[in-house]
Amino acid sequence: MLISEKQALTERVGMLVQKYGNSRSALIPILQDIQYNFKYVSDFEQQEVARLLDIHPVEVYSVVSFYSFLSPNIRGKYIVRLCQTISCELSGKEKVAKAIERELGIKFGETTKDKKFTLEYTNCMGMCDQSPAMMINEKVYANLTPEKAVQILKEVK
Amino acid sequence: MENKIERKGQVIFSGYKYGEGIKKALKLSPQDILFELRESKLRGRGGAGFPTSTKWMLTAATLDPEKYLICNADEGEPGTFKDRVLLTEYFNLVFDGMVIGGYTIKAKYGILYLRGEYKYMVPDIEAHLEKMRKDNLLGKSILGKEDFNFDIEIRLGTGAYICGEETALIESLEGSRGEARNRPPFPVNRGYMGKPSSVNNVETFANIPFIVMKGGKWYSKLGTEKSTGTKLFSVSGDCEKPDVYELPWGTKVSELLELVGAKNTKAVQVGGASGQCIPKSQFDRMLAYEDLSTGGSIKIFNESRNMLHILKNFMEFFVEESCGQCVPCRVGNVKLLEGTEMLLKGEFTFEYINKLKELGRTMKIASKCGLGQSSPNPFLSILENFKDEVFNQGMEE
Repeated sequence: MLISEKQALTERVGMLVQKYGNSRSALIPILQDIQYNFKYVSDFEQQEVARLLDIHPVEVYSVVSFYSFLSPNIRGKYIVRLCQTISCELSGKEKVAKAIERELGIKFGETTKDKKFTLEYTNCMGMCDQSPAMMINEKVYANLTPEKAVQILKEVK
Repeated sequence: MENKIERKGQVIFSGYKYGEGIKKALKLSPQDILFELRESKLRGRGGAGFPTSTKWMLTAATLDPEKYLICNADEGEPGTFKDRVLLTEYFNLVFDGMVIGGYTIKAKYGILYLRGEYKYMVPDIEAHLEKMRKDNLLGKSILGKEDFNFDIEIRLGTGAYICGEETALIESLEGSRGEARNRPPFPVNRGYMGKPSSVNNVETFANIPFIVMKGGKWYSKLGTEKSTGTKLFSVSGDCEKPDVYELPWGTKVSELLELVGAKNTKAVQVGGASGQCIPKSQFDRMLAYEDLSTGGSIKIFNESRNMLHILKNFMEFFVEESCGQCVPCRVGNVKLLEGTEMLLKGEFTFEYINKLKELGRTMKIASKCGLGQSSPNPFLSILENFKDEVFNQGMEE
């Protein structure tokens, strides 16, 4: 990584620490902010957060690796999460999953080459009465059919 | 997504004017409110059913000036979506309930722990909190009551089912992995930041304004003797009208099935993945803490469904969501999932399955928190209640 890039990252993490405070309880909001804006939390950012909060980098990594909405690896701009829990499963999740895989050309757990889409499963997201459902970043889409899911992805593209 | 309107119910869906409950509460003393709450016999709506009045009394009784009131909106139990409905359509009730709670236990800080999946609700909730601050229902000297300051902050979850467990939720608020703590000490003595904290469910808060306005006696007349009041049931699965229904405790499963238009029902999963699965012969049982206790999730399966597929889905859920801290839960769930797969293929011995049942019972005793203590429930109840179907599969060919 270029030194200027590193400096920019350090500065950005510093600003976040100013915004959320440097107590341990600010750790998750800081990581959520980084995740939201950059879709993943890089090793370097994890080290910087640790330094500024005065905790061990391992502590930061332990948190990043624990929560499914935080990621230490690079992700796509749009994270597509399809619900895999029972109601969605029973109402045709499988067909929707196949359609999405075909449309994006990747399997679940993968990211497209252009870093635009990441596809993954998630557990119950509270849309069981309107299943199957998926989230694209923060937005929720319910009552999916294969055609509808593909249509939504096309609009996002 | 859409939310349906025009729900009817005896308490939460009976209609409410914003701010009313707080106005009434501030005319009473905290002791009076605790008394009404005890009269009402309200129990926690998250599923465990701990008496709310006891929790608040214990928190109110501590002398520490810094206390926290936490609203647990980390609704992750498969099949539960009542909090989604409450927080998008009835948030008046929830936040008025929280302010009353803050007044009762003398807390200055309220925290809404909202699950990450519900992040899209934040702008609306923020706008409402801002409105409350403008109307002097939140902030400093609420409604002119000089020493009553209370404000609510939203904290987002990060996609972990385990954080619905109160001590794991507190760990997560403090910036750690969501791993449950040993109890005691209980959060009412040492919770968030080591300070006394009361963690209550969204639906519990939504009941509070009504108990304050109409009295605990009135509330205790609804429902059954041990389970008073009403409950929101999130109904999904094979039925015509999946939705959230408000029904008094003590309603029979068969009555509920009729109401939601369920046909050819084979099984009902009461209480989400960690609940139990009951067959047709038990549909006359009651939904109540003393019989079928539930946090509100009702899943309906019709004759066409394969119970082992359903069980496999539940066990996969637990394998993924176990935090991995204690052995019975981390290893046990994997073993139960393997057992389910064996049953699906028909490659099993009864001796081994009996061992797995024993393992399930051990997990219920030996796991550290509610997740591992309840995750064997679907395995045990499906194997018990659907014996014929379960053991004959994979044998046919």
